[in-house]
Amino acid sequence: MFAPRHKRRFRLARRDAYGSRINREPSPILLALVPWGSVMLAAIIPFIIIATAVPLVPPLALLFLLGWRLVRPGVIPVWAGLPLGLWNDLFSGQPFGCSVLLFSLTLLAIEIVESRFPWRDFRQDWWTAALALTANIILGAIFSGAKVDLVLIAGLGPQVLLSVLAFPIVARMVADLDKLRLLRVRVVD
Amino acid sequence: MAPPSSRRSGHSRRAQYGQFTGYVLASIGALVGALLLGISLFSPRAFSGLRSTATETVMPVGQGAAVVRSEGRSWIESVAGYLRAGSQNDALKKEVELARIRLAEAEALKQENARLKSLLQIDDSDMEPVVVSRVVGSTATSARRFAYLGVGSRHGVRPGMPVRSPRGFIGRILEVSPNTARVLLFTDTESVVPVRRVKDDVVAFAEGRGDGMISVRLINLGINPLKVGDIFVTSGAGGFFRPGVAVAIATELTDDGAVARIISDPAATDFVSVEPIFQPSTVKAARVPPDVPLGESTVIE
Repeated sequence: MFAPRHKRRFRLARRDAYGSRINREPSPILLALVPWGSVMLAAIIPFIIIATAVPLVPPLALLFLLGWRLVRPGVIPVWAGLPLGLWNDLFSGQPFGCSVLLFSLTLLAIEIVESRFPWRDFRQDWWTAALALTANIILGAIFSGAKVDLVLIAGLGPQVLLSVLAFPIVARMVADLDKLRLLRVRVVD
Repeated sequence: MAPPSSRRSGHSRRAQYGQFTGYVLASIGALVGALLLGISLFSPRAFSGLRSTATETVMPVGQGAAVVRSEGRSWIESVAGYLRAGSQNDALKKEVELARIRLAEAEALKQENARLKSLLQIDDSDMEPVVVSRVVGSTATSARRFAYLGVGSRHGVRPGMPVRSPRGFIGRILEVSPNTARVLLFTDTESVVPVRRVKDDVVAFAEGRGDGMISVRLINLGINPLKVGDIFVTSGAGGFFRPGVAVAIATELTDDGAVARIISDPAATDFVSVEPIFQPSTVKAARVPPDVPLGESTVIE
């Protein structure tokens, strides 16, 4: 059931993973909605998914923000910490402004890491994400208004571990979402 | 992977300014965040309006998720029941567990009754709940332990009211909006509940530790009389919680009390009931400044 070689090549020239290459363009709505929307949705999911006695669910909004920033640099701007942090604070239960501060600092820190190590692979991204997640969770606990002691910090261990392990999965999800983002759905006349 | 070439602004003034503006905006974002954080740590109620609007919006989704959650869990539980010698075993175990808590509570009630009868005639029969609701959400990622209910001020819920599941108290209402309410769970580090041991009158404070456990601190220090397995019930002091409802069970002894496990884990809770404040006058009296004399005519805002 294979088409002759010249026909297959012709088909590839017309279509690729993002759809038809002729007469179609990515939709500007999807281009903006998919990255921002996925982070905003990720902020709500831990809120409705389970009620736990211990902080356990990874901070999904931060995971997706890191995913977009590290897997597809340039899609989420460096100032995104302000709007996305405000949104996340509505649902996170942290004092208002906590995520705004931490998200902004995280994005600035990644910018510095990127200028220092311009060439990097996934393992280094994972390290960056792991450091960012650990710092965010611990600083988040310190800023949360809770009484901070060793017990509280030790109780964060499972959450930190889960978050770090979740990063590769989120990175794959971001890569798939990126395919959706770049689908050529708009008809150009 | 190398960063995209757009990062290297080269000689393009426009690109250079764009990048610089990005950094400036991000720094402003961080400053704004620090400012907001400072304000909300200073006065925790500052942004409650925004927050409650947000929870009101996602509440319907939360309601649906709560149904799915409890259905899913009961399905998993019944499969697990078959895997262990049949689902009956599972149900019986649960029943015995509840009965054991009930027994401990009954013992506490009996004693409470005897004590109160000797003091004065207070009618504290089982309280009629204000409203029954599902737990629709929680702050599962934050170090603070809050849960959200699908009922609010429209249903008569007021801040300070205790929230209980069939197994025992889980926390008290902190904030209300028309259709949602925020519950401060016992495991939060800001939560302090006066408790006493079921068997006798050893009184203590149950404080959240932030790691899902509760630390029980004895009020009378001396030789620690507690034992692993002791059950603690609310003592009724403070006026928020009615006495004799199970709160925690001691798992490990410390110098000044014990580390206890919460009896009613919010993760295993479907429906909760909101109860009226046990003694509103006591709660109000606690808010009167110390230099104002307390009496029938004291005006409390």
